[in-house]
Amino acid sequence: MSNQQETFGRTIIVVLAVCLVCSIIVAGAAVGLRPMQIANKEIDKQKNILAVAGLTTDKSTKEIFASNIETKLVDIETGEFVTDLSKEEVAKYDQRKASKDPEKSVKLTADQNIAKINRRANLATVYLVSDDNGQLQRIILPVHGAGLWSTMYAFVAVKPDGNTIDAITYYEQGETPGLGGEVENPRWRGLFVGKELFDADGNPAIKIVKGQAAAGSKHEIDGLSGATLTSVGVEHTFTFWLGEQGFGPFLSKVRKGALNNG
Amino acid sequence: MAKSSELKEVLTSPVVSNNPIALQVLGVCSALAVTATLQNAVVMTLAVLFVTAFSNLFISSIRNYIPNSVRIIVQMAIIASLVIVVDQALKAFAFGISKQLSVYVGLIITNCIVMGRAEAFAMKNKPFPSFMDGIGNGLGYGLILVLVGAVRELFGSGALFGIEILPLISNGGWYQSNGLLLLPPSAFFIIGGIIWAIRVIKPEQVEPKE
Repeated sequence: MSNQQETFGRTIIVVLAVCLVCSIIVAGAAVGLRPMQIANKEIDKQKNILAVAGLTTDKSTKEIFASNIETKLVDIETGEFVTDLSKEEVAKYDQRKASKDPEKSVKLTADQNIAKINRRANLATVYLVSDDNGQLQRIILPVHGAGLWSTMYAFVAVKPDGNTIDAITYYEQGETPGLGGEVENPRWRGLFVGKELFDADGNPAIKIVKGQAAAGSKHEIDGLSGATLTSVGVEHTFTFWLGEQGFGPFLSKVRKGALNNG
Repeated sequence: MAKSSELKEVLTSPVVSNNPIALQVLGVCSALAVTATLQNAVVMTLAVLFVTAFSNLFISSIRNYIPNSVRIIVQMAIIASLVIVVDQALKAFAFGISKQLSVYVGLIITNCIVMGRAEAFAMKNKPFPSFMDGIGNGLGYGLILVLVGAVRELFGSGALFGIEILPLISNGGWYQSNGLLLLPPSAFFIIGGIIWAIRVIKPEQVEPKE
């Protein structure tokens, strides 16, 4: 390291050259690998849908999606299925992107904004799971809401009665590992199984309680210890997505038997 | 030109006798975080091995051009680029694992081993020995990670690489798993035990009493 390297101009040139080379490498890797990363995300999402679909077959993920799982769009306002879009358009629909687009989403007012998600897409993707005989088994609803640090994304699988939870899975969250991150814990997720979404009057009723839920309760789930705010976030996510601004209208139609005739 | 015996020394000495975790006590943070399962430990090892080896190689090849006043920044730029490449590659080829390793891949940038070797070795040596030094240190780091990961996964979840070895009570077996081992602090105890064992075998590593 002789002195002649220490001139101002040389320092700048070396630093710029290093930066240039490094940025080309980084940009190359990011751009070159993006398609595979997107494909992986998609597969990961499908795996999570399968995890709550409760299907026991040895078909591959792709086959199951072709034969047993029907992707549909629901107009949240009316609770009706969207019928004027082709299958490809339905499959391509990205709810997360849509909820940022002012034309495809609505801004929630302060008292509607229970789950603190600010905007909600007009259309929501739902997955209808049937067994091999074509009998409807579960309805999978995507929900999301703010936790303590992050927006938590989950799938909730509901029985065709539109009320009983069959499974839930949190597939994307950035809560504190070991505390709020326990929303991914299978044992905790298991507590939701068999709980009922709505009370006798049809109001959203899922409650995450501190400590232990009352024995035999149809709506209460144990809170996560050390993660009060995450638990509150989960409860608010349910309250919002079961309400008027969420899947409320859709599920009330389902409870009246809208899906029974096909 | 370095002789082959010297090269061998450069490659093997960091594995046990000059181990980056056990002797220099560097890179402990990630050793705590990613060793709950053996698979994560192995992937993390490969990632660190790649980064130390190539950052040493690149830094060493341009060591005569790096101005002394900004050398740390130049090293960081090279290391950070390599880490981003590793992170992107993991997301593309091993998505499940990259999800579990989460931020710790990105945190290889701050892993003291990488920068320590760049500053202490690569800045003063030729590219090939530097590359070997990087591999050696990556292996030394990996050895501890794999040991810790094996102990934690075997006794914490009764499995190795996800294959059941000790049937858990919760699955109808006989083994009551040790929950502490699933939590990061348990790695402290195991690393402490490893350091103790190495120093029993190699008493010259024990620091003199003050």
